[in-house]
Amino acid sequence: MSDLIRLTAAETAAAVASGAASAVEVAQAHLDRISEVDERVHAFLHVDTDGALAAAAAVDSARAAGATLSPLAGVPLALKDVMTQKGIPTTCGSRILEGWRPPYDSTVTARLKAAGVVILGKTNMDEFAMGSSTEHSAYGPTHNPWDLDRIPGGSGGGSAAAVAAFEAPLAIGTDTGGSIRQPAAVTGTVGVKPTYGAVSRYGLVALASSLDQAGPCARTVLDAALLHATIAGHDPLDSTSFDGPVPDVVGAALRADVQGMRIGVVKELSGEGYQAGVQQRFDEAVALLTGMGAEVVEVSCPNFPYALAAYYLILPSECSSNLAKFDGMRFGLRVGEDDGDPSVEQVMGRTRAAGFGAEAIRRIMLGTYALSAGYYDAYYGQAQKVRTLIARDFAAAFEQVDVLISPTAPTTAFKLGEKLDDPLAMYLNDVATIPANLAGIPGMSLPAGLAPEDCLPVGLQIMAPAMADDRLYNVGAALEAALLSNWGRPILQEAPSL
Amino acid sequence: MSTAITEPVVPYDEVIAEFDPVLGLEVHVELGTATKMFCGCPTEFGAEPNTQTCPTCLGLPGSLPVVNAIGVESAIRIGLALNCSIAEWCRFARKNYFYPDMPKNFQTSQYDEPICFNGYLDVEVETDDGMRTFRVEIERAHMEEDTGKTSHQGGATGRIHGADYSLVDYNRAGIPLIEIVTKPITGTGKYAPEVAKAYVTALREILRGLGVSDVKMEQGSLRCDANVSLRPSPESPLGTRTETKNVNSLRSVERSVRYEMTRQAAILRAGNKVMQETRHWHEDTGVTTSGRPKSDADDYRYFPEPDLVPIAPSREWVEQLRAALPENPSVLRARVQTAWGISDFEMMAVVKAGALELVAATVAAGADQAAARKWWVGEVTRIANERGVELVDLPITPVDIARVEAMVGAGALNDKLARQVIEAVLAGEGSPDDVVATRGLAVVSDDGPLLEAIDAALAEAPDVAEKILSGKLAAAGAIVGAVMKATRGQADAARVRELLLERLGVAE
Repeated sequence: MSDLIRLTAAETAAAVASGAASAVEVAQAHLDRISEVDERVHAFLHVDTDGALAAAAAVDSARAAGATLSPLAGVPLALKDVMTQKGIPTTCGSRILEGWRPPYDSTVTARLKAAGVVILGKTNMDEFAMGSSTEHSAYGPTHNPWDLDRIPGGSGGGSAAAVAAFEAPLAIGTDTGGSIRQPAAVTGTVGVKPTYGAVSRYGLVALASSLDQAGPCARTVLDAALLHATIAGHDPLDSTSFDGPVPDVVGAALRADVQGMRIGVVKELSGEGYQAGVQQRFDEAVALLTGMGAEVVEVSCPNFPYALAAYYLILPSECSSNLAKFDGMRFGLRVGEDDGDPSVEQVMGRTRAAGFGAEAIRRIMLGTYALSAGYYDAYYGQAQKVRTLIARDFAAAFEQVDVLISPTAPTTAFKLGEKLDDPLAMYLNDVATIPANLAGIPGMSLPAGLAPEDCLPVGLQIMAPAMADDRLYNVGAALEAALLSNWGRPILQEAPSL
Repeated sequence: MSTAITEPVVPYDEVIAEFDPVLGLEVHVELGTATKMFCGCPTEFGAEPNTQTCPTCLGLPGSLPVVNAIGVESAIRIGLALNCSIAEWCRFARKNYFYPDMPKNFQTSQYDEPICFNGYLDVEVETDDGMRTFRVEIERAHMEEDTGKTSHQGGATGRIHGADYSLVDYNRAGIPLIEIVTKPITGTGKYAPEVAKAYVTALREILRGLGVSDVKMEQGSLRCDANVSLRPSPESPLGTRTETKNVNSLRSVERSVRYEMTRQAAILRAGNKVMQETRHWHEDTGVTTSGRPKSDADDYRYFPEPDLVPIAPSREWVEQLRAALPENPSVLRARVQTAWGISDFEMMAVVKAGALELVAATVAAGADQAAARKWWVGEVTRIANERGVELVDLPITPVDIARVEAMVGAGALNDKLARQVIEAVLAGEGSPDDVVATRGLAVVSDDGPLLEAIDAALAEAPDVAEKILSGKLAAAGAIVGAVMKATRGQADAARVRELLLERLGVAE
């Protein structure tokens, strides 16, 4: 095994910049690692060997020519398969997009390319980002590197697993209800959902437009900050993109100082349903924060118990409309056009029935129903009101504290197949992450240790007010340093070798 | 295309005797913005299919819309010109339904928060008692995007049934549309078809004056759906309506409403119920045929478009746009009629020719109003009719006409030459000055060449010279004609006659 794959993104970039390693060597080391372990992990749906080596070679040439390299130049990255990349298959984990090669780059992809980041390939995910286990991928599940019989979280299980398995130091995820943070929690990695509007959604195949947000997956808080700074910023192609300065997330990660900060523990995100070991590691982290000079108080967000129900009306409603374009007419799968003399509606119906998996169909039907005339006010309208109440809970909480914290997920990684037939149990994984999406505020998950009962990673979530993403990195980096000194080495080194 | 089914109809005067018609008009206007409503693709008409597209207007996965600011501005200006209130805050909404020429399978439109609402337009209709003004109330005007265009290939009819396959052109997908919807138009009585036509005519005039659209019904940049229903009396509740589409000319607006009234009357008189449906107008046969059933239960699952932010036009901006609106056409009419001192009859001729703005602009360019009217209502209208196009669509400008008239006034052109110049400008030979220069057209005012031509003509026809000398002055016409022919019409005929009589020493 090459040492290059054990480096952080920051260390890799420094090695490439100094000439200690070439970008091509770095890329090759990761491609070799993928060849070695991905048959078992199945983090990738597509590996772009030629493209990655060419991008790496371009970085090396630029360096040789004396060009100033950007902070992540030559660092490999795994791209969630929900982001378009020109000419590279983009399936969103769905059969209905099999074979589709987008003619354009998402804004995130374009910014990564411009920064000299080396895109290794596309990562596995729950179909159209619907799920918490990556089991809803049409191309088979991803396995958790900590225990191959367990789920890596979802929907971005492929991105989190790729980072945890040292197949890439960085990955892009997208988070609609926890799809970056929950996989980070169960794989012992760092994942950040930035403020809604901080990172362009142009080229992110939409699940729920008002909730979706792309963000970084990494092994350290600083690496996540470097990636965050690379992809964030206003994009005229996304009307919901925030037009203002990007908070100094890298500076915050380097500062790592919680002295005098007020930190709130969300009362409603604990207790029943939370695994004992998860709660124990969370409580230890609270003690560390207090020890570092933060003032930790309990804060109540009384409307959070309604968040899950509101989310599962808003998301399916938007999703039923967003997924309407997948009809076999212009791209992707087309089914049954030669069977009899079908009408265009029949071909659309056959294509959608064959192309979408059970969870996608379930949510399309739920959303179609919720938006129907006569039900709109009772469902979608009411859910939007709850959404406003959740935002008010956050606003009130942030009057008292600088950041909020909670466990990221109620449990550690569960077994593959364990919750596949019980959608409600699956949905409950996101109970702590969904409120941030409904309110549009940023959230981070970072490893808080291993649960004593199963020796699996536990995630701690930090939430901050909108456009105060830098607070996540400041608190996260401080906590990361304290935890590291407790354990003596990075948590991922505890993972069984693949 | 023929229509197999001929439905029974009732004579129009009997319809009016038994029923009270109610209209509702929905007009879709394609804006003339340079780019589409939600992306940067060009909007040029008639380009190669699918060349004016991008991920957004093709609805590719991951693409997002961005609102065209000029589209919003045009919508507000239209609303203001139609006396509407302008929303302080409004949103786009998704109208969800599946159709192959709609790339996203939803149309980005507006639902319960239109940008313009509660307006009116006064239209004038010639009645048995002279001109009468009808007020058409506007329910709303909202922004949306156009769909692509499907053409069905193979089969006998070009329609979807029997076609071998279909082609979709997405160039039109995403072109900005403003949909203008009237409230139910009541109280028109027998003038319902005329009011419908007058409304669309007046609306088109306003839109053209605003410069927001080229409003060509034949090309589909202005499309009208006519809702018609009948009820026993003005006190009765509204009857069941039909919505007639494919109404592609002003004349069709009037004809289709009239036809639909006679058709519905026959159904009602027989004691049957009018079916609520979309109907298709056939210009050639003058009838409507059944389209798809339409009910109020159509469920488009509207919800606010989450990919776009709300539109909140500031009051300052709205007032700026209001202040900069062009003069309302009816106000303009009254003002110029007074200024020109012309009769109602003369004014009507100008308006009917659709020449009001053109004549006014020609006058503004320096021409006399009578001359400007003469050219636009006469010669230029004749050519427009020949070509079957609108006056404004001809490639000649008010400045051109003013220039031609100036040359006539200076004696450089006579009437006949002026007509030639106009025809040449319309044939694309350049400006009036270009045409005069390249064709060498000019009234021959030098007496020398004229005298030579007169001598030549006299030598050719000595018998005519004798007749003139013997006092038969009418015979002079033959010589004048010969001279005009020899000079290819460029001589001033009166001067030729004068010189001829001088030459022969004959007094008038």
